[in-house]
Amino acid sequence: MTEIADKFVLYFQYPFVQYALIVGVLIALCSSLLGVTLVLKRFSFIGDGLSHVAFGAMAIAAAMNLTNNFLLVLPVTIICAILLLRTGQNAKIKGDAAIAMISVGTLAIGYLIMNVFSKSSNLAGDVCTTLFGSTSILTLTMTEVWLCVILSVLVIGVFLLFYHKIFAVTFDEDFSTATGVKAKVYNLILAVVIAVVIVLAMNLVGALLISALVIFPALSAMRVFKSFKAVTVCSLIVSVVCAALGLLISIIAGTPVGSTIVAVDIAGFFIFSMAGFITTKGLMRRG
Amino acid sequence: MPQLTCQNLTLGYEGKTVVSDLSFVVNTGDYLCIVGENGSGKSTLMRAILKLKTPTSGQIVPSDGLTPNDIGYLPQQTVIQKDFPASVREVVRSGCLNRCGLRPMYNRAEKQMAEDNMQKLGVAPLARRCYRELSGGQQQRILLARALCAAQKILLLDEPVAGLDPKATADMYELIAKLNKDGITIIMISHDVAASVKFASHILHIGRQSALFVGTKEDYLKSDAGRVYAGAGGEK
Ligand SMILES: Nc1ncnc2c1ncn2[C@@H]1O[C@H](COP(=O)(O)OP(=O)(O)O)[C@@H](O)[C@H]1O
Ligand SMILES: [Mg+2]
Repeated sequence: MTEIADKFVLYFQYPFVQYALIVGVLIALCSSLLGVTLVLKRFSFIGDGLSHVAFGAMAIAAAMNLTNNFLLVLPVTIICAILLLRTGQNAKIKGDAAIAMISVGTLAIGYLIMNVFSKSSNLAGDVCTTLFGSTSILTLTMTEVWLCVILSVLVIGVFLLFYHKIFAVTFDEDFSTATGVKAKVYNLILAVVIAVVIVLAMNLVGALLISALVIFPALSAMRVFKSFKAVTVCSLIVSVVCAALGLLISIIAGTPVGSTIVAVDIAGFFIFSMAGFITTKGLMRRG
Repeated sequence: MPQLTCQNLTLGYEGKTVVSDLSFVVNTGDYLCIVGENGSGKSTLMRAILKLKTPTSGQIVPSDGLTPNDIGYLPQQTVIQKDFPASVREVVRSGCLNRCGLRPMYNRAEKQMAEDNMQKLGVAPLARRCYRELSGGQQQRILLARALCAAQKILLLDEPVAGLDPKATADMYELIAKLNKDGITIIMISHDVAASVKFASHILHIGRQSALFVGTKEDYLKSDAGRVYAGAGGEK
């Protein structure tokens, strides 16, 4: 036991571990804030779709030898997010089909481009890290940490500023529009913020596992809590705790960062499901 | 005084006309019931009044100082609300949002208004409960309280008693009648012609493609359409 504690103390002195924790916690926080809305809007898979878009954009950035691929990846992902959320109601191709189309399409094209243009000798390794997250979270530079901090603060700020509007628009878009709330504008803001979070989260867990990061904390919280505020706060805490725990475990045990975090999220989901089951049964017995 | 004027309104979906050439006036303080068969375009008409749908032709003109911020709406229940984690208080307060502008939080007056409206509709004791776990009748009252937070001048109700038991239905009708007495204009969609005739001051009967009848309740009962649909039950 003391051995592990010693190891902790030792690791914590490395700046790269500190950076990884800061960035990991911030990303977990941002993604959990949006998770509740995405799950409730029946857009669970939008995270998946957008992350594949980001993957495709990253492949193009790599082929073009861009030094800072953020500059390409972020705008492309934002545009796709807006398109996907806009098609929501009255499109010819329904929401889930549109997401599946874009998601699989960009994945294939991204891999194709990587294959044709990549000069790297370890192509399979490159693809694997982009898809499942890499140890790159442990090799963050100061610039990347700051970029992440600034974007996270922006996301959190927007969420706090528009919290009640996001609730109303998610709960009943027609009512909001009918009574003079600009639902379209808030949906647009939501789309942009989602895209930012996805691009951020790709660093942490990789393109394939983002949905888990976004959805599991929200679903866990919804098992137990019944008000929007409680669910939001709870999913935030769950997400941050799971991300921190997953990161630490992966550092100590040497497991892949992304999948370890998601595994902890899944464990959290089971614990909350049990808790929810027990509390609802208890309530029923009391009448 | 006229509050809403519909002029030669035609509504449809992708070329298919649902309502054609409809004209009517709603005056301040009216209680207008829109009746008609399923699929005759009642909800579509209401969505047009709410500007959720653009008319194919014709127009809806507000007057008497009516703005979107004065309109409250009780929608037909949508699927998304069924598993939404929201407390009753959160739902009712969200009705105040159209007054907030860019302000991120509700102010004290708005919070008080939400409490008052919950009191008025008898759902104040449920304030902390989860919306989705309540009965249909309670949910409708909560949505009505939210609609009242959004507006004091005019309320649009789309089948407010659908799925309620007889007791809850009767309560709901009483409540709406009381709100109307307090000076709120009511526009209500209903299947229940007998109840509509009992409470409403005006009736709009939509048939396939065109209005069968627009006018006061008294005239409606004398009309052909009224005699067929209201039958003996309406003439109390
Ligand atoms: N979103 C839509 N797209 C296409 N047709 C629609 C849509 N909504 C309603 N309709 C059609 O318009 C007609 C009127 O519908 P609606 O206004 O809901 O009727 P009511 O509320 O009177 O039962 C129906 O024939 C329906 O099939
Ligand atoms: Mg209808």
